[in-house]
Amino acid sequence: MTTRYTKDHEYIRVEGDAGIVGISDYAQGQLGDVVFVELPSVGKNLSKGDEAAVVESVKAASEVYAPVSGEVVDVNRDLEASPGTVNEDPAGRGWFMKIRLTNPSELDGLMTEEQYQEFVKSIS
Amino acid sequence: MAEPVHSDEPLLKTPLHAEHVALGARMVPFAGYDMPVQYPTGILTEHNWTREHAGLFDVSHMGQAFLVAEDKSHETVAKALEALIPADVLNLKPNQQRYSQLLADDAGILDDLMVTRVGAPGHEGWLYLVVNASMKEQDYAHIQARLPKGVSLNRKDDLGLMALQGPSAEAVLARLAPETAGLPFMMSADVQIDGIWCHVSRSGYTGEDGFEISCHGEDAAKLWTKLLADPEVKAIGLGARDSLRLEAGLCLYGHDIDTTTSPIEAGLIWSIQKRRREEGGFPGAARVQSEIKDGASRVRVGIRPEGRAPAREGAVITTPDGREVGIVTSGGFGPTVNGPVAMGYVAKDVSAIGTDLHLVVRGKPLPAKVAAMPFAPHRYKR
Repeated sequence: MTTRYTKDHEYIRVEGDAGIVGISDYAQGQLGDVVFVELPSVGKNLSKGDEAAVVESVKAASEVYAPVSGEVVDVNRDLEASPGTVNEDPAGRGWFMKIRLTNPSELDGLMTEEQYQEFVKSIS
Repeated sequence: MAEPVHSDEPLLKTPLHAEHVALGARMVPFAGYDMPVQYPTGILTEHNWTREHAGLFDVSHMGQAFLVAEDKSHETVAKALEALIPADVLNLKPNQQRYSQLLADDAGILDDLMVTRVGAPGHEGWLYLVVNASMKEQDYAHIQARLPKGVSLNRKDDLGLMALQGPSAEAVLARLAPETAGLPFMMSADVQIDGIWCHVSRSGYTGEDGFEISCHGEDAAKLWTKLLADPEVKAIGLGARDSLRLEAGLCLYGHDIDTTTSPIEAGLIWSIQKRRREEGGFPGAARVQSEIKDGASRVRVGIRPEGRAPAREGAVITTPDGREVGIVTSGGFGPTVNGPVAMGYVAKDVSAIGTDLHLVVRGKPLPAKVAAMPFAPHRYKR
């Protein structure tokens, strides 16, 4: 199991040929209280960098981009009733979607945990 | 308040800047000032705290100024201001405050403001103005250029301003200045709090009971700390200020009102007193009077999206069959309502409460209904 991060603060936790996508703890902190999450339809095919979901705080709406290309095979319906879960447990219960990777080599272009923590330090 | 001004100019600081930083606020540029958008607990908590207890807001970025008649006559200064705004200034009682708008010749709104007839002894012929931070330079230039001889505008950039808002505000302030408890809504008084001169008015921008308190800038931090020491009081940032005023149905300048909207379209007829409606004598009076008589072709309304998705400023409003009828000017999540709320302008024929509309959010039409404002009931002490 490996977790990779994008510069837009999405993570993907890869298990086998699929990955769980969410936003980092830093991202949820920057957004503030999440009040609404719009999820993609299961079965949707995404290219890396596509707008995959929308997360709204009291202040503003932000896009969540697909960290890799693939098919959406599951989404976290719990977020519709409890969007605040994104703030409480972004790496766990606050996940957004599960993507079946079509091109696993795209992971090589993403940051490791260590690289991401360095990146966050450099921008905050 | 309008959009943050982005420029290379260094940001200005209010007299409370160091207090915000010490509290761990997230600071953002707003109207040329470095302002707290939220404190560590976040906007939802701050919003709810204000509705349930008392929130303390730094609004020192707003413009405070006096209009002064040389002849010390209220009538002189009132008439000078009545030439620029549609409110009845003449019949203000000492210490009474009124909401109004600076109007352009076509009745477009140049800014909205608060006007108080100063009641302190020796200040006959003085009006106290509070204008929006982002508009103050323009407002002062506009007013200055139109004042008659014998009336002068004195900007008071050395004053601080804070708002104490919420159901506990009365009790909190009464512990420091007991005489403030008896102030009715939109009345003001000069009081001393621990040797600090304060001009206190019973008003605000949250829909809650509360006060706005002006003091000398050098005393602001001491007063802020004193108020914050009360366990009922927490510091509240601009983020919650916006969600609170939206739920209260109050206009935000540069968004819900601007030079393209008239006070009648904006539903602000209540702020134009009877004598002024009849007599006119303010910029744009002909349009205002004709819109009062015949109605405006579009009006500001409250809107409740039926789902959970917030519709933000700029979302297009259509009828259910897709006819474009207006635009959202403010919208977001209302924590007290526990759902999305919005306001915007729509054509008169679709403005009745309960009318079905669609809001176009990210290209998708979302069902919504015209709704009564305020979304959260006002709790003013009349």
